[in-house]
Amino acid sequence: MINKKVAGVSEALQGVKNDMTFMFGGFGLSGIPENSIAHLVKLGVKGLTCISNNAGVDDFGLGLLLQEKQIKKMISSYVGENDEFERQMLSGELNVELIPQGTLAERCRAAQAGFPAIYTPAGFGTEVAEGKETREFDGKMYVLEHAFKADFAFVKAWKGDEAGNLIFKGTARNFNPNMCGAAKITVAEVEELLPVGELDPNQIHVPGIFVKRIFHGQHFEKRIEQRTVRQR
Amino acid sequence: MLDKNGIAKRIAKEVQDGFYVNLGIGIPTLVANYVRDDIEVEFQSENGVLGMGPFPFEGEEDADIINAGKQTITTLPGASFFDSSTSFSMIRGQHVDLTILGAMEVSEGGDIANWKIPGKMVKGMGGAMDLVASAENIIVAMMHTNKRGASKLLKKCSLPLTGVSCVKKIVTNLAVLEVTDNGFKLLERAPGVSVDDIKSATEGTLIIEGDVPEMAL
Repeated sequence: MINKKVAGVSEALQGVKNDMTFMFGGFGLSGIPENSIAHLVKLGVKGLTCISNNAGVDDFGLGLLLQEKQIKKMISSYVGENDEFERQMLSGELNVELIPQGTLAERCRAAQAGFPAIYTPAGFGTEVAEGKETREFDGKMYVLEHAFKADFAFVKAWKGDEAGNLIFKGTARNFNPNMCGAAKITVAEVEELLPVGELDPNQIHVPGIFVKRIFHGQHFEKRIEQRTVRQR
Repeated sequence: MLDKNGIAKRIAKEVQDGFYVNLGIGIPTLVANYVRDDIEVEFQSENGVLGMGPFPFEGEEDADIINAGKQTITTLPGASFFDSSTSFSMIRGQHVDLTILGAMEVSEGGDIANWKIPGKMVKGMGGAMDLVASAENIIVAMMHTNKRGASKLLKKCSLPLTGVSCVKKIVTNLAVLEVTDNGFKLLERAPGVSVDDIKSATEGTLIIEGDVPEMAL
């Protein structure tokens, strides 16, 4: 067994520096690497380029890094629900690149899978395709989108083992598996870290080969963004 | 004239047995409330769930089970969870049978604009560009005119596009229309709405053939 376990978040984040590019798993506030984000705030690294579907809310998720002005550029598909984000974007402090959600997922997966780029129909004929190579296949037009290059990928899983194998729960899975192995170093934080042999190999969502460091997250708030219920 | 629920009710009639359906935010979300209960339909949400159920009972919300609007949801028997790449494989690979989404503008050529108003805060396109670029069957649910009374069915979209030549059908508070090579073909009128009402609310080319029936709801 190749052991990926590290003692905690500070060891897991060794090597993070100013001006790096990071990937963050999560959709809205679901399945975000809360412990890694909190530690990045503590470390105070700045000038970051962040690849993440969303940008958190004012006081949670990537919003915490925005509050401290640690982010230089965001690459996302949807960035509502965040006043500080809006302020920095409109004042020009923050560079924002909006891209289609499926393209974001596939640019991560391409990096993970060793593809330099992929063709997608998404965004053809729109401003997203401006300046990009396009090509026709079987009468339909596609846009060439390049694989991301990132220094760290921060992901969150439900359960993991010391070999780095991961299992996710519900829709907290989202971009997390696509980002594993898509950056130079993948850091996984888990709610439950088990010894090897405790997870059924048939049930693994991400094999440990894609994960460089794994740690047990000390605190998961798991905040709900839109609490919707029905009456009994 | 229909209200938002009326639009959803009419669109629900387009949902067929055995369909996998992706619903956008807003009026499209309401469609789920009106689908006949004698047919089997599964709702997909692009954040990674197929087989979405209703909202949870109070106290049973789970931060790990949400829809693309970040609302807490439940799942039905037979549901599955998956990653974002797999989710968009279902969409791009045309495994999802029907996509229903809102729009700010639609052109008579089937172009759609629904993600950006220049000069206003842009929140992003989310999954809309992937959905419209790929789906074979796209229905737009929207009001016929905007808040200022201007038509949203245009010769050409004025706002930045989400996709080109992709919309097939539009259901508004006034009418059901099909996008054809020659323009918007009027299929049905909403209850109490005349062909003239629809004409004056439509900027794009409107094709009227024979008597246009009133929609049955």
